[in-house]
Parts: sequence; structure tokens; C-alpha cells
Amino acid sequence: MVYRFFNGIGDYALLMWRVFRRPESWRETWKAFWREVDLLGLDSLWIVSIISLFMGAVVTIQTALNLDDPFIPDYYIAIAVRESIILEFSPTMVSLILAGKVGSNIASTIGTMRTSEQIDALEVMGINSANYLILPKIAASVFFNPMLLTLSLVLGLAGGYLAGEWTGMVVSSDFILGLQMGWDPFYISYAIIKMIVFAFLIASISAYFGYTVKGGAVEVGRSSTTAVVNSSLAIIVFNYILTDVLLN
Amino acid sequence: MIEVKGLRKSFGEHEVLKGIDVNFEPGKANLIIGRSGSGKTVFLKSVLGLHDVDSGDIVYDGRNVAELSKDERTLLRQEIGMVFQGGALFDSQTVLENVMFPLNFFGDMSESEKRDRADFCLSRVRLDSAHNRFPAEISGGMQKRVAIARAIAMNPKYLFCDEPNSGLDPETAIVIDNLIQEITEEYNITTVINTHDMNSVLEIGDHVILLKEGYRAWEGTKDEILHSEDEAVLDFVFRSELFKKVKEALRK
Ligand SMILES: Nc1ncnc2c1ncn2[C@@H]1O[C@H](COP(=O)(O)OP(=O)(O)OP(=O)(O)O)[C@@H](O)[C@H]1O
Ligand SMILES: [Mg+2]
Repeated sequence: MVYRFFNGIGDYALLMWRVFRRPESWRETWKAFWREVDLLGLDSLWIVSIISLFMGAVVTIQTALNLDDPFIPDYYIAIAVRESIILEFSPTMVSLILAGKVGSNIASTIGTMRTSEQIDALEVMGINSANYLILPKIAASVFFNPMLLTLSLVLGLAGGYLAGEWTGMVVSSDFILGLQMGWDPFYISYAIIKMIVFAFLIASISAYFGYTVKGGAVEVGRSSTTAVVNSSLAIIVFNYILTDVLLN
Repeated sequence: MIEVKGLRKSFGEHEVLKGIDVNFEPGKANLIIGRSGSGKTVFLKSVLGLHDVDSGDIVYDGRNVAELSKDERTLLRQEIGMVFQGGALFDSQTVLENVMFPLNFFGDMSESEKRDRADFCLSRVRLDSAHNRFPAEISGGMQKRVAIARAIAMNPKYLFCDEPNSGLDPETAIVIDNLIQEITEEYNITTVINTHDMNSVLEIGDHVILLKEGYRAWEGTKDEILHSEDEAVLDFVFRSELFKKVKEALRK
């Protein structure tokens, strides 16, 4: 078990070594990059939007219920909501959702290419298949996920605002006031750093499980499950490490 | 010419190839035959360099693969075309894009030259009407033809085909065989074909190698194989009732 884990890490490192090489054709890699942005990024807009709106709303209601005390002014609720959304909920939750959606997509696409010998076909042509298939996916995720994060932050706070308004728990002027109080721009950098690390983890770990599939359709299915589980675990672990390193 | 000397390959404990020596000459179809599981695919992939071999030399017209630098190997790869057992077409790309794929990566053709070349290769395999369809939308026989078109797009000196006509009806299978044969002779390609189809052997088998239990059990031409009394040949070729009758007739 432990042996398999470290063996896997070694294989993963070797694969990344082959991924980060100069592409045989920059033009083809560039084309593939935009294809991936479309497939992995743009295609996730709606799910990220919906999740963020509801997440913001729920966080606001929860916080309002917990801080329901006449001595605590209502704008404190907005501050708390802002911190939780920017620091934790948006980057982590959105990444976990993407690990499920994008991770399984990456693992099964690459896994199918492996079992149907499409990867061998690339290698025979003299193309570094790891580089051509995986680099654009990692690059597209690292490039686009921070944009998804920005969207998520905006919609999360909007969801909070709307929930406060509709339930009457936080008056809108208080909410706006709270959002502006004690504002530290580093929080945004912090969230983006997290998002970039998570994007790399999702794309590279899922690609690893797809690329190393042996067998047929059943194994491809299994690898896509394993990819989602492992990239989610990696996100949780790195979330802890990054929080510790960046905020302490 | 491709020379294979003492090729050995194992997976863990299981030794699949136990020292194979064979030469493949240009301009004719070299056929590897043998039962399912006898190591034909492993052999082909080893010669291609998709598997790391345990020992042995593979020499492409004087170039020993083991002694080539990474760049030289990439150059050699561009002289190789391969038709995989399942076609291995890129399923997110249309037929035309599949054939243009290697041209996009290598060489310095303009967009219209690439298109012309792809059109030419597709018409060469007699496929003129499926350019914009996806692999999932065409029949197995058409997929094989697209795979051949893609394999010859770069004008290869060496062509490898892994069971190019498995899963096809006998008529289409013969069409594919003859197509490969024609292309081989026309461009003087060194062609290696894996098959377990005796029809192919009798149709295009200028040079036939029988693999059995990791060894080269027999080697000869399609005419010799019919008259051979070699045990391995008798065992593999003359298994079916049809071929038993053929053999009896030939012996008379
Ligand atoms: N990647 C691999 N890892 C382990 N064993 C393998 C691998 N590839 C092939 N083998 C083993 O090597 C042997 C030969 O397989 P191979 O695919 O070459 O057979 P084949 O002659 O091409 O059969 P078929 O006609 O069915 O395609 C089999 O016993 C197979 O289990
Ligand atoms: Mg095979």
C-alpha cells in the first residue's frame, strides 16, 4: 500500500518530466490549448455559477443565524461571509466540483486514447504524446480556473446579498458596508494562488490516471473514478498546506 | 531493409519473444503469422520501438535503433507508417483531419498542399466521400482505409500493419490486402503485416514468417507454405476442414 503510493508518485513525476518538454509543434499545441479552454473551462461556467450563487446564499443565512445578537452589528455578517467565500468556499469548493467534472473527463478521454492505441499512434509518428495530450490540459486549467474563481467570487457575494435581502436578515446597505470594511487585497491573491495549485493538481493527476490505464473500457471507467478521488484528496491536503503556509 | 537480430522481449516472468532473427526487404509484403497470443503485436511494437526490448538489435537501413540519439529517432519515426489493429484513429477529429494530422506536425507544407496530399491519400485508398465524417460514423472497413491513408500521408519508407483486415468481410479484406500490396510495390516500401488470415497469406504473402511460442517456427513464401510438411505449419495452417481438404488435394 505504502509502496504502491510512493511508486505512483515516482511514476507521476516521470510523466510530468515528459509533459514539460518543448512541443514538436507549437502551432498544434496552441490549437489544442484553445480546444481545452473551451472543453474544460467554458463548459464549466454554468455549474460554477449555480453553485456559487447558492453557496453564497447559504453561507449568509448560516452566518446570520449564528451572529443573531443585538450587540453585533449586521455588517459583521457581510465581513464574515466575504472572508469565508474568498478564503475557503470559492477556491476549495469550486475546485472539488471541477475535480469531479473536469477530472473524470480528462482521465476517461486520455484513458480511451490509451486503450484504443491512439497514444501509440502518436508515439509512432514521433510525437511526445504526454506533452501533446497533457500539457494543453494543464495549461488550459491553470489559465482558466482563476477566471472561474473570479466569477465564483462575484456570484457568491451576489448570492449572499440577495439572500440577506430576501430573508430580511441583513439589510442591503449593511451588507455593502460590510463587504468594504477591513478589506485586504492579499486575500484575492491568496485565493488565486490556491486556485492555480488546485487546477494543476486536478489536470495533472487525472491525466496521470488516464495515461497509465491498462486494459479496456472497464479499466478506463475505474481510472476515471480513481482520478476524481485522488485529485479531490490532493486538493484537501494542499488546501491545508497552503492555508498554513500563506496565512500563517 | 529492416534487420531484426536476436530480439527478446518479456513482460515480468512471461517471455513473449525468445530471440527472433529476420530480415524484411523493401518492395514486398512481409507477413507475420501465428495464433492469437503468439506475440505478433508485441513483435511489431518492439520493432517500432513502442516497447523497450530486453535484448537484440533492430536496424533500419543501417541505422541501429539502439544507437540513435533522440532526435535521430524522431526523424526515423517520421519515415514509419503504422496501421493499428483497431485503426487507432483520433476520434475527436474528422477523417480528413486524421489524415492531415502528421502533416500538421512535421514537414513544411502550406495548408492547401496538406489538403491536396490528404485528398490524394484518401483517394488512393478509394475513399472519396467521407472527408468530414468522424471515425465513429464510418464502417470498420472504412476506418481501416482511413488508417492506411494516414499511415502513408508522410510517404513512409516503412509500413507496419497490425491485422489490417481483421473484422472485415472476406471481400473487403482482400481489397485492403491488395491495396497494401499495391502501395508497397508502387513506392518500394518495406512493409510488415501481422495477420492470422490464411487468405491474406495466399493473396500477398511474398515472405511469410510463422511465430510460435516466441520463436520463428517457419519462414518462406506463399507457394512454399502450401507444400510445406513442417509440423508448425501443418499445425497452424491446416487446422480448418477447408485447408485439410486443400492439403489432401495438393498431396495427391
Ligand atoms: N503490455 C503487456 N503487458 C503484459 N503482457 C503483455 C502485454 N502485451 C502483450 N502481452 C502478452 O504477450 C502475449 C502476446 O500478445 P500479442 O498481443 O502480441 O498477441 P498477438 O499475436 O498479437 O495476438 P492477436 O492475434 O490476438 O492480436 C500475450 O500472452 C499477452 O498476454
Ligand atoms: Mg495482435
